[in-house]
Amino acid sequence: MWKLLKIELFKIFKRPRTYIAFGAIASVVFLIQIALKFDGKSYIDLLLSNLDNSFEMTDEFKTKMLNGYLICFVILNTLLIQMPLLIALISGDSIAGEANMGTLRLSLTKPVSRTEYMLVKFTASVIYTISLLIWMALLALLGSIIIFGINDMVIIRSRGLEVIESFDIWWRYIAAFGYAAVALTVVSALAFLLSVFAENSIGPIIATMSIVIVFTILSEMNIPIYDRTVKPYLFTSHMVAWKGFFYMKADSEGATITGTVENMPAIMRSLSILVIYIGIFLSTAVWVFKKKDILT
Amino acid sequence: MSAIIQVKNLTKSFKDIKAVDNLSFSVEAGQVYGFLGQNGAGKSTTIRMLLTLITPTSGEIELFGMSLAKHRKEILRQVGAIIERPDLYKYLSALENLRLFATMSGVKVSEKELMDQLAMVGLADRAHSKVKTYSQGMKQRLGIAIALVHNPQLIILDEPTNGLDPQGIADIRNLILLLKKEKGKTLLISSHLLSEVELIADSMIIIDKGKKLVEGKVNDLFDPAETIVELKTMNDDAALEKLKQSDLNKYLHGKRNDCILLKLHRNEVPIVMKELMQMDVEVVSFNSKHSLEDYFLSLTTGYPHVEVA
Repeated sequence: MWKLLKIELFKIFKRPRTYIAFGAIASVVFLIQIALKFDGKSYIDLLLSNLDNSFEMTDEFKTKMLNGYLICFVILNTLLIQMPLLIALISGDSIAGEANMGTLRLSLTKPVSRTEYMLVKFTASVIYTISLLIWMALLALLGSIIIFGINDMVIIRSRGLEVIESFDIWWRYIAAFGYAAVALTVVSALAFLLSVFAENSIGPIIATMSIVIVFTILSEMNIPIYDRTVKPYLFTSHMVAWKGFFYMKADSEGATITGTVENMPAIMRSLSILVIYIGIFLSTAVWVFKKKDILT
Repeated sequence: MSAIIQVKNLTKSFKDIKAVDNLSFSVEAGQVYGFLGQNGAGKSTTIRMLLTLITPTSGEIELFGMSLAKHRKEILRQVGAIIERPDLYKYLSALENLRLFATMSGVKVSEKELMDQLAMVGLADRAHSKVKTYSQGMKQRLGIAIALVHNPQLIILDEPTNGLDPQGIADIRNLILLLKKEKGKTLLISSHLLSEVELIADSMIIIDKGKKLVEGKVNDLFDPAETIVELKTMNDDAALEKLKQSDLNKYLHGKRNDCILLKLHRNEVPIVMKELMQMDVEVVSFNSKHSLEDYFLSLTTGYPHVEVA
């Protein structure tokens, strides 16, 4: 199994197409960092404009706000919505791309069971997804820390500003990236499933993106009937739950409590739903593929 | 000799179409077995079933005396194959492709052995070139190297000379004969070109519309000395008249397109040519064709190509 996985990873990371996603992430992160470096204060003003201005914010406070931790949070908010496309580029290609190249039939004449083949392919897609996230973490978190420095992180919520002390931030980012990895694995599993039905990779990539877009629109719509019947079951509703790690519990006087998460059970419930989606997509893909006649 | 491949009552249906219909045959160890049929006859579907790419609707396949359905992995370790064209990873080099498929075959092959394998198919000097820079013939040879890299006992080649130039075809033919004679391999070769198979095969099967038409030893299925000659002259009608009135009348077999067909023993070819010269028949071409070609056509098409003279 390990040998097969090494082969899959070798194939993925030998393809120039693989690095498009890494390049795209690097450019977006870099562009955001440059823009905020030169015009960060305007951005902070924009963020604060919707708040009830009950206290005066000094320029010094705004400068402190604009630190590496907040920039990373901004980048995550922007990029995690776009990343499904980058994930689909590789996962949607895993089986369909092999069928299209004609290498699928040669691979399946080797003494490897179809279940093994599928699990290895999927694991390789997940490793690719995690590599992308690590790459993003390096650029967005470490890069921003280098450029903007560190300080306490200010989170803007509807009830006002909340400050997370700098020593209380790292574990939240680790948890958020871990959660994002699971969320993006759902997209990977969906693209992988669709890939089984196709003989070229364009179809699964477009279909995955269409599903993600439609589900995201449904998740964002404020129609009461959907809130109870549809939204709780859409994976897109649960993909953004990583933000929950940055929301802290408050005491009876409204002061936030360091080291806490406001609604951990909700995060865990969302995580479970995402894991169930991964299980359904993956097992369906394996089941279909085992029965499929290879005619390409 | 024991049977390496034993196929019993194999059927594959795609919805209402029977691609393979109750097909049975067996291939003995050490043989080159020709699997013949016109395009769409069911050859590739059968081969794909032998390699577990397609699940049979009914019937049994045994390879090396084991049920393919029950011992898939064990069997495939001993099988090397090319199906139709050898499509490979174009963005990888030949050596990388070979190493990758060797690993998938479950064998540990040293770098030297991989290079030896590439040298055997004449690709050692291009081992590090990306496959996208290869010609069709080079890809075909690399496909054969991949099929052989794990030293399989049974080699299945589906249309191995497709898209090759005459030199490429000759190279593949020589390689097949070398594998049989010097390495003792069993080979199943599918083709729609009878002339190609008859040069290398010991036994063969001809299928049409998924059904077996005939199976047996190549030498038993036709008289190797019997030849059909395609005769082209400056004036076919006049030549035909002269032939009918001469001793050569007994050789007249028919007419196809712009040719007069003569059926004769190979030893009689020089005599007939001499006679034609003496009769002042202006010969444009005199092509000897093996009778197996006609045998094949007679089985698959029922001689519609020959008009009775």
